Amino acid sequence: MKRIALILVVMALLAACVAPGGAPAASEGDADSAAVGSSEASGEPFRVAIVMPSSTEDIAWSQTMYDALRTVQEEMGGESAMTIAVSENMFQVADAAAAIRDYAADGNDLVIAHGTQYGNSMFEVARDFPETSFAWGTATDTGAEEGFENVFAYEAKAQEGGYVNGVIAAMLSQAGIIGVVGPVEAGDAKLYIDGFVAGVKATNPDAEINISYTGSFGDTALAAEAANTHIKAGADVLTGSAQQVVGAIGVAADNGVLWLGTQADQTPLAPDFVVANQLYDWTGVVKDMIALHKEGTLGGKTYVLTLIDGLKLQLNDNPAITDEIRAAAESAIAGIEAGEIDPMPAAE
Amino acid sequence: MFDELFTLSVLIGIAHSGIRLATPYLYAALGEMFAQRSGVLNLGVDGMMLMGAFSAFYVVFNTESLWLGVVVALLVGALMGLLMAVISVTMQAEQGISGIGLYLVGLGLSDLLFKKMVGSVVGVSGFSVLRLPVLSTIPVIGEIFFEHSALIYLAYLLVPVSWLVLNKTTFGLKIRAVGHNPEAADSLGVRVNVIRYATLILGGAMAGVAGASLSIGLLNVFQQNMTNGMGFIAVALVYFGGWRPFGILGGALLFSTVNALQLWVQVKGIEIPSDLAVMMPYILTILALAFAVRQVQQPAALTKPYERGG
Repeated sequence: MKRIALILVVMALLAACVAPGGAPAASEGDADSAAVGSSEASGEPFRVAIVMPSSTEDIAWSQTMYDALRTVQEEMGGESAMTIAVSENMFQVADAAAAIRDYAADGNDLVIAHGTQYGNSMFEVARDFPETSFAWGTATDTGAEEGFENVFAYEAKAQEGGYVNGVIAAMLSQAGIIGVVGPVEAGDAKLYIDGFVAGVKATNPDAEINISYTGSFGDTALAAEAANTHIKAGADVLTGSAQQVVGAIGVAADNGVLWLGTQADQTPLAPDFVVANQLYDWTGVVKDMIALHKEGTLGGKTYVLTLIDGLKLQLNDNPAITDEIRAAAESAIAGIEAGEIDPMPAAE
Repeated sequence: MFDELFTLSVLIGIAHSGIRLATPYLYAALGEMFAQRSGVLNLGVDGMMLMGAFSAFYVVFNTESLWLGVVVALLVGALMGLLMAVISVTMQAEQGISGIGLYLVGLGLSDLLFKKMVGSVVGVSGFSVLRLPVLSTIPVIGEIFFEHSALIYLAYLLVPVSWLVLNKTTFGLKIRAVGHNPEAADSLGVRVNVIRYATLILGGAMAGVAGASLSIGLLNVFQQNMTNGMGFIAVALVYFGGWRPFGILGGALLFSTVNALQLWVQVKGIEIPSDLAVMMPYILTILALAFAVRQVQQPAALTKPYERGG
């Protein structure tokens, strides 16, 4: 029996060392000497911790925020000015809740809960740590009505770039059939897809848009098969959302089908076939939250990325993107920015 | 509204997708079957697949040699199987717990290695479609069965091979004996733990190839947790298939074909909520499991460590 107990302990330790669901130990900057509590005093680095549902290099949702944190860190002067602690792959909300609490207790200045699903857990922790700033997204609720003053919320108007990608897709498609590889019919993905459909319909009302969901953000194999299915059903332009699309992009490239990306820059996966990406840039949001925190405002602000600020539509230098398409995309962007185009009409 | 689904091209598409999707499950479940038939439940399959997926990807990424990638994935999987054997056979740790531990090690380690050694998600050129001469020209049949890549053909070839090994060789007889009545096998001179080591290493190797079939066969990328729990479904398929190779083949094909069908249901815009559609393969598998009349016996010594005179 003793032997079994010993083995269990060893296994548990091994698991805790390498498992993504383990303790929030992965600190990018070595900050174990930092004082507990708020670190406004000069010389102390600003300490940010983030809990994310997938990995820092998922070329999707998680990576967009991690890249922004790294950019801000660099601008502030490296690890001596700002530290980043990361807990990746927190697909279990219970694990995430524990990590959020640990980070707050450990004296981080800003704790980011990078997923709508973490909201409830984060608010509970935020109540117990009124001196710590918290942020979560996709969300717009800072809990101000319930008396919270230390919570920021952020979201991206994914439908805006979705609309522009839709315009591009409608013009690219020779067959008039476009496939969408969706993850879960909710949140950021749903906003993107709704905008995409509106953009296609506004450009070519006769186009057929086939939408499928895999029911998961990380089912790479099923997403790839979904792309195969769309192509067999006649689609010659594809788009999709979440980290699962990496396999789908490969399938598109193998079949000579064009791809429109969202969230992060997906071009490196298939440089000849990824023709445009909607990019999320949270840098401004992170900077503003840090600045407000340093001034003593710990929360209460909601940030929304739009094409005017934070979202960028990257049109690749690809022969498929003709001058005509470029002009149409730019006019769609201008129309959305001016409020003349509603990227999500007839909200359901 | 369903008549749109029942056109020849759609049905061919469903069958073709189903065959392709079943591949990683087949490798992993056939390997797991050997382990379970010898009396060891290995729940670490998913972690072994992830390590196999990463190592195959990494080798191809650096050398572009596909078969070398498969061999390395096989060896890495075998090594993980050996580790499982040391823990669960020699040290006699509780099999379920040690399997989960091994899964977590594979999940974390593959991501860690990927971050340190590759860094960002990139594609490689994996196995391409190999149209079998003559056979692929048969109408319908050719399109469904003979337009796949090498690792897919190999997976299906392993079904009868596994059946032969299990039922027609001395090794297979020993595996079955050890899983059914280790005391009796031992008394006849079969070295119980040696057989269990062998099946765990074999199972690990096949889980490694299952991972390779994803990272350099079907998807041609590596991503953290890219198996998304496939290894656990593979374990379930072993039960579903009644610990028999052809039963596992049936289960894997059923699950994958329904998955392919639900994708077509969505793509064709048939008005079924997407959440319901993605549940279809799971619901149908559970139903089939519940209603199938069966008299299969679980290996009697499954999950029981063996100790002489114990």
